[in-house]
Amino acid sequence: MKVEAKPGYETKTQPKTGADLLVEALINEDVKTIFGYPGGAVLPIYDALYRAKDAFNHILTRHEQGAIHAAEGFARVSGKPGVVIGTSGPGATNLVTGIADAMMDSIPLVVFTGQVARSVIGTDAFQESDVIGITTPITKHNYQVQDVSDLPRIVKEAFHIASTGRPGPVVVDIPKDISANPCEDSYDTDFHLPGYQPTTKPNPLQIKKLADSLAKAKKPVILAGAGVIISKASLELREFAEKHQLPVTTTLLGLGGFPGQHELSLGMAGMHGTYAANTALYECDLLINIGARFDDRLTGNLAHFAPFATVAHIDIDPAEIGKNVTTHIPIVSDAKEALKSMEHHVKQSPEHKDWFDMLNKYKEEYPLWYKKPEEAMVPQWLLKQIHAKTNGDAIVTTDVGQHQMWTAQYYTFDRPNRWVTSGGLGTMGFGFPAAIGAQLAFPEETVVAVVGDGGFQMTLQELSVLQERGLPVKVIIVNNGALGMVRQWQEAFYEKRYSESIIEIQPDFVKLAEAYEIKGLRIDSQEQLVNALPEIFDYDGPVVVDCRVLQQENVYPMIAPGKGLHEMIGVKP
Amino acid sequence: MKRIITATVQNRSGVLNRVTGLLQKRQFNIESITVGRTEVEGISKMTFVVDVEDNQKLEQVTKQLNKQIDVLKVSDITDKAIVARELALIKVVSTGQLRNEIQGIIEPFRASIIDVSRDSLSIQVTGKPDKIEALIDLLRPYGIKELARTGLTAFLRGQQPQVTELTSYSLLK
Repeated sequence: MKVEAKPGYETKTQPKTGADLLVEALINEDVKTIFGYPGGAVLPIYDALYRAKDAFNHILTRHEQGAIHAAEGFARVSGKPGVVIGTSGPGATNLVTGIADAMMDSIPLVVFTGQVARSVIGTDAFQESDVIGITTPITKHNYQVQDVSDLPRIVKEAFHIASTGRPGPVVVDIPKDISANPCEDSYDTDFHLPGYQPTTKPNPLQIKKLADSLAKAKKPVILAGAGVIISKASLELREFAEKHQLPVTTTLLGLGGFPGQHELSLGMAGMHGTYAANTALYECDLLINIGARFDDRLTGNLAHFAPFATVAHIDIDPAEIGKNVTTHIPIVSDAKEALKSMEHHVKQSPEHKDWFDMLNKYKEEYPLWYKKPEEAMVPQWLLKQIHAKTNGDAIVTTDVGQHQMWTAQYYTFDRPNRWVTSGGLGTMGFGFPAAIGAQLAFPEETVVAVVGDGGFQMTLQELSVLQERGLPVKVIIVNNGALGMVRQWQEAFYEKRYSESIIEIQPDFVKLAEAYEIKGLRIDSQEQLVNALPEIFDYDGPVVVDCRVLQQENVYPMIAPGKGLHEMIGVKP
Repeated sequence: MKRIITATVQNRSGVLNRVTGLLQKRQFNIESITVGRTEVEGISKMTFVVDVEDNQKLEQVTKQLNKQIDVLKVSDITDKAIVARELALIKVVSTGQLRNEIQGIIEPFRASIIDVSRDSLSIQVTGKPDKIEALIDLLRPYGIKELARTGLTAFLRGQQPQVTELTSYSLLK
């Protein structure tokens, strides 16, 4: 039954195949950028892409993991679903980390995987893997196309599911015979998903309850999560907070949802959040959570989380409400819709002068702090310089670990969709490919990938893409010659037994960059950095900067594991 | 605490795997699960008996199940007026002399003998789980060679009492 590609295949007389239907469906979804990697089971799809070359910018990453993280970066900054194509078997399994990452951080992705032909599925055929079985727990939904007539509808459903409600990754597994065989010109794409009807408008009674609580509250605080950014509610949040004079703290992924430099901002909360933010969450009498999922890195020990507060939780995913924290006012809604509704229902709330005086005192007396040595660089200082040089308005991506926390602390974000980090899954190797995706979404913007020396080495093969596409991503390697956060925990909780966390042998990152024909710089001191900043940021092209920072620097302040919000250590003395 | 949860699902490939995988991922213990088609084409119904720690966990089970795109409706029917049945097949060691004795035991349970061989009897019994337990206990002294249970299936009675005090209808403590 297989139709082999023959010479002259691209002529118009050739009957349409499943792969052509897929390409058409992608065009209908307004997809312009595809991240992918070809292989046996997707040959028909790549052949159809070849025929439709002008419609897409296909980015050939050098590993499937690079493709999916790039798609995540693209989706996070653009708000549109990232599209990935991988082949069957290892192609699909290489995508798994990124799919899980997108699931945890609610990033819309539509991932197409090739599959062996239907006739051999289940026979352990060459490059066969059970993609549906593997990805079911880490996707919002997945499909294996069993009949070509379903394909256009499934693609439409996949984009709808990925991008609405609480966004997430959707996998579409396409057997090779389906994409290769001839088919009709078009099929019905109408769909009805009775089991998927996200609630986007809040229940007015619950909003009323929240309004009543707000009128009585003496110590209210807003916790803003990524939901604010996803629903494009930053402006509404700002207006609401200003009108009612409410302090705002954000989660790691919520950074930028509320201007970090705003007088009402308390900064980030959580394990490495500010003293003011964590104390506000501990002492508040009304906590309004908008679009955050009360992750354990935010709450610390649940027994000490907001123990005196009435908890209101606005989330589009009902399963998040009451999952970790007992919630008194549950509001299932899109963040923007809820904020609009509150605008209607909430009268002017009372002043909270004492509360603000106290929080402002905390902000002043216990700010984020570090000791700056004479010459050597510490990462905190490095990130402040980058913030200043880019006017705090670059798109910044990171991996996970110390450099991530320092970036979150010292690169203050004032706008949404500028911050791309792996939050829930905490994926090393995420930041650099994510920066590629972000740069492709916004070619004119400054994109900075802040990565650790450990994480960068997990996905640095994507330097090829920078070179090939001339993408001016600035790669800042915060190089402490260690897996910093692991080392920090070993120092703090394992009596300095640095088991496998110090990396003594490293490549010469400058030469490595040069091998890819990319500008490479090595920075060893503060003075060198100050001198090099224009060279890095005013240069119209990619730069890899190996920034040697002090290894023993730790991320503070901190809530140790098992401790509560009020038990921070490493606060400014 | 044990709860009876029903889920109406789209009868698509992988839906059972989705649901059981989810319960496993979230660490909910499944005591039993039954699945079968319903009066509507393409729609199946699952009945689970799950063991959950508290109400918060229970709420999570139903919410997480509801989030599945192929799941149409989830209900915890434990405290409602329901009819719930399970079927068990029990193969008991039995020689000819004992056959009458066993017949006498199973009769009050409205169980029936559905297969006889030279040295064993197969009994079919339908009912609530505690009734089945009781019969198994009575038959155990004769020697149970094999036992197969379907797990509980249940739905709401045609009429629900108006009173709010429904706990007495709970089948499972």
